[in-house]
Amino acid sequence: MAYDKFDVLTSTAYPLPTENVDTDQIIPARFLKATERKDFDINFFRDWRFEQDGTPKADFPLNKEIYAGSKILVGGRNFGSGSSREHAAWSVYDFGLRCVISSAFADIFKNNCLNVGVLPVQVSAAFADTLFAAIMADPKTEIKVDLPNQKVTLVATGESESFVINTYKKDNMLNGFDDIDYLKNIENEISAFAETRPF
Amino acid sequence: MANTLFDKVWDSHVVRQVKDGPDVFFIDRHFIHEVTSPVAFLGLESRGNSVVYPARTFATADHNTPTINQHLPVEDPLSANQLDALERNAKKHGISHWGLGDLNNGIVHVVGPENGITLPGATIVCGDSHTSTHGAFGAIAFGIGTSEVEMVLSTQCIMQPKPKSMRINVNGKLGLGVTPKDVALYIISKQTTSGATGFFVEYAGDVFEDMSMEGRMTVCNLSIEMGARGGMIAPDAKTFEYLKGRAQTPKGADWDTAMKYWETLYTEEGAEFDVEFNYDAADIEPMITYGTNPGMGMGVTKSIPTAESLEGGVETYRKSLGYMSFNEGDSMIGKEIDFVFLGSCTNGRIEDFRGFCSIVKGRQKAPNVTAWLVPGSHKVVDQIKAEGLDKIITDAGFVLREPGCSACLAMNDDKVPSGKLSVSTSNRNFEGRQGPGSRTLLASPLVAAASAVSGVVTDPRTILNANA
Repeated sequence: MAYDKFDVLTSTAYPLPTENVDTDQIIPARFLKATERKDFDINFFRDWRFEQDGTPKADFPLNKEIYAGSKILVGGRNFGSGSSREHAAWSVYDFGLRCVISSAFADIFKNNCLNVGVLPVQVSAAFADTLFAAIMADPKTEIKVDLPNQKVTLVATGESESFVINTYKKDNMLNGFDDIDYLKNIENEISAFAETRPF
Repeated sequence: MANTLFDKVWDSHVVRQVKDGPDVFFIDRHFIHEVTSPVAFLGLESRGNSVVYPARTFATADHNTPTINQHLPVEDPLSANQLDALERNAKKHGISHWGLGDLNNGIVHVVGPENGITLPGATIVCGDSHTSTHGAFGAIAFGIGTSEVEMVLSTQCIMQPKPKSMRINVNGKLGLGVTPKDVALYIISKQTTSGATGFFVEYAGDVFEDMSMEGRMTVCNLSIEMGARGGMIAPDAKTFEYLKGRAQTPKGADWDTAMKYWETLYTEEGAEFDVEFNYDAADIEPMITYGTNPGMGMGVTKSIPTAESLEGGVETYRKSLGYMSFNEGDSMIGKEIDFVFLGSCTNGRIEDFRGFCSIVKGRQKAPNVTAWLVPGSHKVVDQIKAEGLDKIITDAGFVLREPGCSACLAMNDDKVPSGKLSVSTSNRNFEGRQGPGSRTLLASPLVAAASAVSGVVTDPRTILNANA
């Protein structure tokens, strides 16, 4: 099993309404020099979370005590654009987050999240605004992310929206499987196909 | 039914369609580098898997490498460790490896085409978003994450839903001083950084037909910056001419067989795209960015738009200009700069150095500017020397460095200091991309050269007109 199974998650959420958050912000390039996958939470949003001398920036949402321990991040439109670095998805996971909600994700980041056990939930711009408003009004607002029923709900008011995920990826997340398990099972089919390639 | 180029290449690589899921997609060529592969090899070994097709896998060192004294041991221990890991993993698994000092070494997206590894109709992936570069040859090429690198090493496939298709047509003739980089920055400024999310783009029209292979690589390289999975251009006589005789291209009868296939790689009349855009070459001028994503670009003579004139995201827009220390309405021409970077997988090819030299020839580097001129590969270095461009560069007061990704993402020592302003031919102007607190203006090699000799942001047409 590559990561912990995902089923139904109810949690408070960090709000980060900035648009076009790129993966260079999620983890800057200078922190990609590890050869093992561990402790990527330390440099998660390094330059937005800390001053250059390492002092935490008090007004950055991920540093606010009131949201501490949240397992969901609600991000602005076009979250995760730019570099393909999976380190960005690892840093999300290592920080303790299991779900990112946004009205639009960049493709590679979304794929990377699914591969490492972080559920990217795409909602309408209107519902994203509803979530931001609710969190701003009450930082202890809980959000329920129900993967089996593909539904995200604002617990206090019951407002909800369905989200789309393909059945294959959903099954993987529910079971903690990944693509390599699947592909190794059809190895013979792949090698037969490879024989037909002209180069 | 009429097929698109993209459909032809994609459909011929589907091993199996998963019900309600992605396609099992076969990969012909897999490039790896030191940053996104070590964890993939650890995963491979911990599962007891091996590299199934080492001959389809190619390793080069580029992201971390120094651009001076490459003959000496790499000083940064973390970079040295990653470079060692790449070499060790390549050796252990029988993968060809171009490390520092190897004459074939250079940026992955420069050395792939140069060595004839990139071929029309092939599928190519790499743990790097700018893998889209290889689409210039009519290949389907895109960036993947490290989990997928492990997937390709151990199975030669990834699981991918087929993207939607987009065609971008640019017709007409480009004006004086307008380069492929400007065409790409212009398209991105129209599409925004997310306009092509979920799509694979085909570029078509006179402008791309007239463009050199180097220029096509620049355009396809930047596809990712509008959110596209990748971009491609149908192969033509120019493509085949470029490929013929390169180290790893098919030879003899194999070449003839390959050509028969490659000549079928075009979008048929009447084929339908999910969405299509048309732009006019005459509307494009030399471009420059002013914000913190590549979509925030404009003609170099224009002024920074006001937040009110844009759709949505006013707060984010103002935050971006705040980071850059620019104001709405500012003109970019005449802004004093500190650094110039010529290089990267976007603009580190011979044509880019020719363009740069056409401007700086007979002029002098401005004293306030620190310039890094970083070729994309040793082969580019050799071409620069063979054409005598190195003398033009030296006479103008510049220094030619050794190949690598360098200040594009500043994983090595080439970092722009906090607050300093850099005109860069690279692909990203994100916050801190060229070093914490650094500020980047993306531009063509011509704009970079004109700015490097004048010390302020400069329209290259003023110099080209003076030269005429």
